[in-house]
Amino acid sequence: MSRFISLVRKEFNHIFRDRRTLLILFGIPIMQILIFGYVVNSDFKNIGIAVLDQSVDAHTQKILNKIFSSGYFNFSGNIQNAQGISDQFKTGKVKAVLVFESEFGKKLDNGQLANIQIITDASDPNVANTTVGYVSGIIRSYQGELAGQTVVQLIVEPQYRMVFNENLISAYMFVPGTMALILMLISALLTSISVTREKELGTLEVILVSPLRPAQIIIGKVAPYVLLAFINGLVILLLGYFIFNLPISGSLVLLLAELLLYITLSLSLGILISTIAKSQQIAMFMSLFVLMLPTVLLSGFIFPIENMPLILQWISAILPPRWFIIILKDIMLKGNGLAYVWNETLILLGMTLIFLFAAIRKFSIRLQV
Amino acid sequence: MRTIAVLIRKEFTQIRRNRIMIPAMIIAPLIQMIILVYAANMNMRDIDFAILDEDGSATSINLISKYSSSPFFSLSGSVNSLDDAEKLLKGDKADLVIHIPPNFENSILNQEKADVQFLINGINSAAAVLTASYAQNILFDYNRQLIAGFSRPSSVSQGFGTIEVNYSHWYNPGLDFKIFMVPGILVVLVTLVGWLLMSLNVVREKELGTIEQINVTPIKKYQFLMGKLIPFWILAIIELGIGLTLGRLLFHVPILGSLWLLIAFTAIYLVTVLGFGLFIAAISETQQQVMFVNFFFVLVFILMSGIFTPVESMPDWAHYVNIINPLSYFMRVIRMILLKGSDFGDVWKEFLSMGIFGVVMITLSVRSYRKRV
Amino acid sequence: MESETIIEVRDLVKRFGSFIANDHLSFTVAKGEIFGFLGANGAGKTTAIRILSGLSSPTSGYVFVAGIDASRYPEQVKKSIGYMCQRFSLYEDLTVFENIRLYGGVYGLTLKEIVLRSDEMLSRLGITDLRDRLIRSVPLGWRQKLAFSVAIFHQPNIVFLDEPTGGVDPVTRRQFWDLIYEASRAGITVFVTTHYMDEAEYCDRVCILSEGKIQAIGNPVELKRSFNVTSMDEVFIKVARNA
Repeated sequence: MSRFISLVRKEFNHIFRDRRTLLILFGIPIMQILIFGYVVNSDFKNIGIAVLDQSVDAHTQKILNKIFSSGYFNFSGNIQNAQGISDQFKTGKVKAVLVFESEFGKKLDNGQLANIQIITDASDPNVANTTVGYVSGIIRSYQGELAGQTVVQLIVEPQYRMVFNENLISAYMFVPGTMALILMLISALLTSISVTREKELGTLEVILVSPLRPAQIIIGKVAPYVLLAFINGLVILLLGYFIFNLPISGSLVLLLAELLLYITLSLSLGILISTIAKSQQIAMFMSLFVLMLPTVLLSGFIFPIENMPLILQWISAILPPRWFIIILKDIMLKGNGLAYVWNETLILLGMTLIFLFAAIRKFSIRLQV
Repeated sequence: MRTIAVLIRKEFTQIRRNRIMIPAMIIAPLIQMIILVYAANMNMRDIDFAILDEDGSATSINLISKYSSSPFFSLSGSVNSLDDAEKLLKGDKADLVIHIPPNFENSILNQEKADVQFLINGINSAAAVLTASYAQNILFDYNRQLIAGFSRPSSVSQGFGTIEVNYSHWYNPGLDFKIFMVPGILVVLVTLVGWLLMSLNVVREKELGTIEQINVTPIKKYQFLMGKLIPFWILAIIELGIGLTLGRLLFHVPILGSLWLLIAFTAIYLVTVLGFGLFIAAISETQQQVMFVNFFFVLVFILMSGIFTPVESMPDWAHYVNIINPLSYFMRVIRMILLKGSDFGDVWKEFLSMGIFGVVMITLSVRSYRKRV
Repeated sequence: MESETIIEVRDLVKRFGSFIANDHLSFTVAKGEIFGFLGANGAGKTTAIRILSGLSSPTSGYVFVAGIDASRYPEQVKKSIGYMCQRFSLYEDLTVFENIRLYGGVYGLTLKEIVLRSDEMLSRLGITDLRDRLIRSVPLGWRQKLAFSVAIFHQPNIVFLDEPTGGVDPVTRRQFWDLIYEASRAGITVFVTTHYMDEAEYCDRVCILSEGKIQAIGNPVELKRSFNVTSMDEVFIKVARNA
């Protein structure tokens, strides 16, 4: 037992002496949450629009005023002729050009059809699409004002209730995702690197020939990382709670238990990787491309799973983070109990057992050779 | 010069012998591109909705049919109470519950206001907004029909004409998201291959002790660093070629601008990020450390570079961060050159910034590398 | 034996925080000598040899190597020395010849010279067949001898060897010392650290280091005589007891 404790202590020393890595481990989730909260999910705004007004009258001025006071768009200058449009796009400052046909106002006053053309730089299709939507909305409402009515008279009035997220805070999506990603990063990547490092430096041999049993070695090796990952998970929860008012509606005990389960799962994966990988480079490569990338792309963290082609959906089903994210959202946001998440929990549990079994088996085989 | 050539040759021999290097360079981009491009589908799927119809009248059924016949909605069931409705949402069986209160039909027949409540799963806020707007559109159409049915006097046409809005999407008329994503992924690939692999490689020599033997030779600091930088610089440019070819073959990504201009920019860009990688490697002791420090910067730089969302819409402080974010320059320039055919006159400022950046980074890495402790 | 001094160390001090690794070392090494640096692990041998070869800078003191102030112009020193360290340092994923080509190239030898000299060297060692084998697959004993040969491949004035025979069997150690003699005969000054006392007997002069200080210095024969013992082992134990 004392041998075991000294092994654990050695591992703790390794981790806590490397202040830089430690700093980064806590820096990554904080930065990521701040970036997702304030940068990536920011509102649509400051989109540059240039104007080619071949009419210049009261109507075009009013429409332009409405567009540029909407808060979505910036005025990026007037263009004199159609040849200038592509030059504008090529410098990248202008995302759309608004073209009023000549005698626009006159036509409108005379009850004729008056044309506006929105030309977008669709190299960013999302921006192009949203721009068209917003600009045509503004123009439509101007048309409505002209007709003397502000909104369509409604008989059936809609009422909306955004369940689980009344204020539509985007943090509800990315905090669980960040959590799944960071815990995977610490647990799997860090352990696999640290074990292969000992392999490369030959220090693992020393531990392997000690009278400790394989299971003890593995547990001693991962115990500090369990703690580290667990603290990190708590930090993310607190950040979500205090910065984005992310609630924990369900049982905290259940949440923490699931957290531990997921950490154990990721650690067994890390150990498994390290038993396969010969060098740190290979371990990193496997962790990054086999674990991290799919976690980011396929777990439903950023892109909705339902939209993916079937094959990718299948791949997504074998990724632990996918199920963990569902569990997190259910417990934290929907206040669901185990009755709702037992399915996902069983899947994670099953995966953990498989990885753990495989890891210990591989590890023991190494010992015998 | 000969010394650097000797070092480069050594590096390439090692890279060739490294079993994971070549697959990492070819298979990784292929998988990344295919997965990311197909996964990064931001379009809305069908919205699963359920009905809580407390009126049960012909009118309410008529309204429901408007939704079930819409291509955006698919009916997944009906419930009898608000509790059950919430259970459906909790269990992810539906993302929208349409709640029609009692007396719905009566109110309408009496030409009074009637309410419909939409319960929307708000966890994915962006999707929730879209769901709400789709639901609203159908309801507005329904309203219009009702108004027409009551044959109120139309209030339009007071002498003004109609404004017709046309739009045309340049450079990507089909609004194909893949064409937008592929250059973004190319940036990530080129960066990862150069930056990460190189700094790992440098620190690996530290860990194995081979760097000691190099340090005791009269080799100059810049010679050693160039001997590390140039091989990965070449690899990253090859990676750009592989990625471009794949993007062209698989997704028909256009190459409107000059390929040489793009390669020239990539070359300068790479000097900057590789310089940064060398700097981090110089101040790190273990591969684990260098990995995590790099990972931190790569993550921040990628997310802020505008790979998914427009840089213009980011808050002011993000603009300042992006001034020192090399990826944000490259992200902009590669899309400009490939998708819009921008020429040197359009991107000379980015060239200049990258050039200054590169000089600073190389200086920094040469200064921070110690042959002596 | 009046010959010129090639290494001169005066009052060399190296501190790591409050720990003093080298405490006012002063000694000289004459050209062509085989100079042994003896001491237990942690006595400060490696610290000193790293300072002499320009890998580390002294806290204070004068260090002249091949007439150059090593604390101020370490890069100048590096031109005229070779170095082989405790930890094995040829590239494992390069072949024997590729390693030679790398280091030869770094020291500015032309490819023609490199090919010529390496052929000569390999045939002298009798391992021409290992030329294109990866270092990884070369037996440990041979690796050590190769590392030494590579360290003197550019024909330096001095070669620094930091525990070159650690973990090597006695036969290979013997052969390794034959190589050292050969180098010495060719005019290369050899500066070697070791904690094998039998190896100390092979040196022209030795310096015994303990707790960062020089405890004794001189010819092995004289040392044995002055301590009135028959082997260097006993000299070392006596010195250690006095310290």
